[in-house]
Amino acid sequence: MEKASLREAYGRALLELGRRNENIVVLDADLSGSTKTKMFAKEFPNRFFNMGVAEQDMIGTAAGLAASGKIPFASTFAIFATGRAWEQIRQSVAYAGLNVKIVASHGGITVGDDGGSHQAIEDIALMRILPHMAVIVPADAIEMEQVIYTIAEYEGPVYVRGSRVNFPIIYNNGDYHFQLGKGSIIREGEDITIIATGLMVHHTLEAAKELENCGISARVINMSTIKPIDKELIIESAKITGAIVTAEEHLIIGGLGSAVCEVLSESYPVPVKRIGIEDRFGISGKPEALLAYFHLMPEDIIEAAKRLLDCKPYRLRAIA
Amino acid sequence: MEEADIERLKAIAKDIRKDILIMLNKATSGHTGGSLSVVEILVALFFSKMRHDPNNVHYRERDRFVLSKGHAAPALYAVLSRCGYFDRKELFELRKLGSHLQGHPDSKFTPGVEVPTGSLGQGLSMANGIALALRLDKIPSRVYVLLGDGEVQEGQVWEAAMTAAHYKIDNLCAILDNNGLQIDGWVKDVMNIEPLGKKWEAFGWEVLEIDGHDFNQILDALDKAEKIKGRPTIIIAHTIKGKGVSFFENQVKYHGIAPNDIELEKALKELDSN
Ligand SMILES: Cc1ncc(C[n+]2csc(CCOP(=O)(O)OP(=O)(O)O)c2C)c(N)n1
Ligand SMILES: [Mg+2]
Repeated sequence: MEKASLREAYGRALLELGRRNENIVVLDADLSGSTKTKMFAKEFPNRFFNMGVAEQDMIGTAAGLAASGKIPFASTFAIFATGRAWEQIRQSVAYAGLNVKIVASHGGITVGDDGGSHQAIEDIALMRILPHMAVIVPADAIEMEQVIYTIAEYEGPVYVRGSRVNFPIIYNNGDYHFQLGKGSIIREGEDITIIATGLMVHHTLEAAKELENCGISARVINMSTIKPIDKELIIESAKITGAIVTAEEHLIIGGLGSAVCEVLSESYPVPVKRIGIEDRFGISGKPEALLAYFHLMPEDIIEAAKRLLDCKPYRLRAIA
Repeated sequence: MEEADIERLKAIAKDIRKDILIMLNKATSGHTGGSLSVVEILVALFFSKMRHDPNNVHYRERDRFVLSKGHAAPALYAVLSRCGYFDRKELFELRKLGSHLQGHPDSKFTPGVEVPTGSLGQGLSMANGIALALRLDKIPSRVYVLLGDGEVQEGQVWEAAMTAAHYKIDNLCAILDNNGLQIDGWVKDVMNIEPLGKKWEAFGWEVLEIDGHDFNQILDALDKAEKIKGRPTIIIAHTIKGKGVSFFENQVKYHGIAPNDIELEKALKELDSN
């Protein structure tokens, strides 16, 4: 299975944007080699600002640049971007309604060995609760590239969550077109819908294949825009399949699962199971081992889907 | 300090460096440069200056240590283990799933770690809080906190610097590992922090400057700091990132890379021959 780096996709897109548009400016907080903003910095040193280890100052400076007509992209690890600088993002960016793009690497537990202090498991929640803030979690490097081009055209604050690890390619046939605010159906099914984001989209596809072998047909949705969330698609899926599993590399509190439940509970309640990290912090370990430890593997999705189907009382099924 | 004592500390420092390199190699990730630059400082604190007891980890009168530059965890772990806080075998479980030794210091898992760190810029504030509590409780212990030179770019450090001076926190001593490098390059190129000594002075601190690899100078400064009353002291320790292994020294690349097997072998050999 082919994998590619979301960070490199970001670096490439940023560089290309820099060539097309002089108003693109980039900020980083001493992690430009890791986030790949260094690619832009090398070609456009005058439009790149390394702020040192100072995330709050980075966000404030980005806001000032945006207030003066620039299109700033600010990058660091997800936890420092959304956590350390949260109130700066709230006040100087979201409250001000400014056109700042925050693109973070190192979302989730796949940060790995560095441990819980560095694993952002609450960043989606932190950004999602801010009025006016769009929140995007690409599922692979191809989508990441499209997201970056899209948000450069979009006027308003955006948070994009990337990853330290490479993701398996989902959209390899070239006909995918990312649209802000739209989920994409990547597999059709009638028995259950699994809505996933980020790395979990791949795990969900694996799970769906296995479920099919058990006679369960699963609709799989990549919900890369978590805010504004694609309500129509969620409700339509609930109507068709009557049960929904959500899967994210994030706390089950406040992230994709919560967003989906908010829509369903008001508009079309169906049984839901959220897959994600329970109410606890991350720990050190290799990414693969941690995914298993935190029950974020295809097996965990399969198990959740099977259990959830038992909550659809009107339907007779044969589970292999 | 007696010459024999210094020789003893030097021998410990050499063993600590070896442990750090082996742990990092086995973990296959972690921070080599910034762990090697603080070895003498940690050895001087834990093997000479500080009152502490590995057999009674939480005893009230212990001196407290906060590793604000939390990514130097391997150095702290190697020192704690050699003091007897936990078995040396645990060192080689560093960063592994289920290990007591997390990638960054975590007081929930590791005896001898006072507070968790890893997100830079937060240690001095916590150290201030610990020092204030000691003062309230009339406990005569001292608090030591170790900062990085890139780390002091965080605004919170300077908020805490004001606090320490304002509340005359003289039972606290900060040490700044002034190794000149951060992740993206030389500190002076990424985000200049100079004039460093004058900044801390202007914030109301007593400032001492030393060679951070010279035990006599470190211990002298720590003693001096203890005698300064009515204001906090910072020791600006001039160090070399990657100190002790020629091909890691002053190399920006080895900030966050662990030695591979070949590098480890070469490094151990070099340490042994010195
Ligand atoms: C708040 C925060 N931002 C970013 C990082 C990532 N980071 C880890 S070490 C480091 C550079 C620190 O430089 P310095 O303090 O000079 O450390 P040293 O040279 O002693 O290794 C950075 C940016 C972090 N750990 N915490
Ligand atoms: Mg440094």
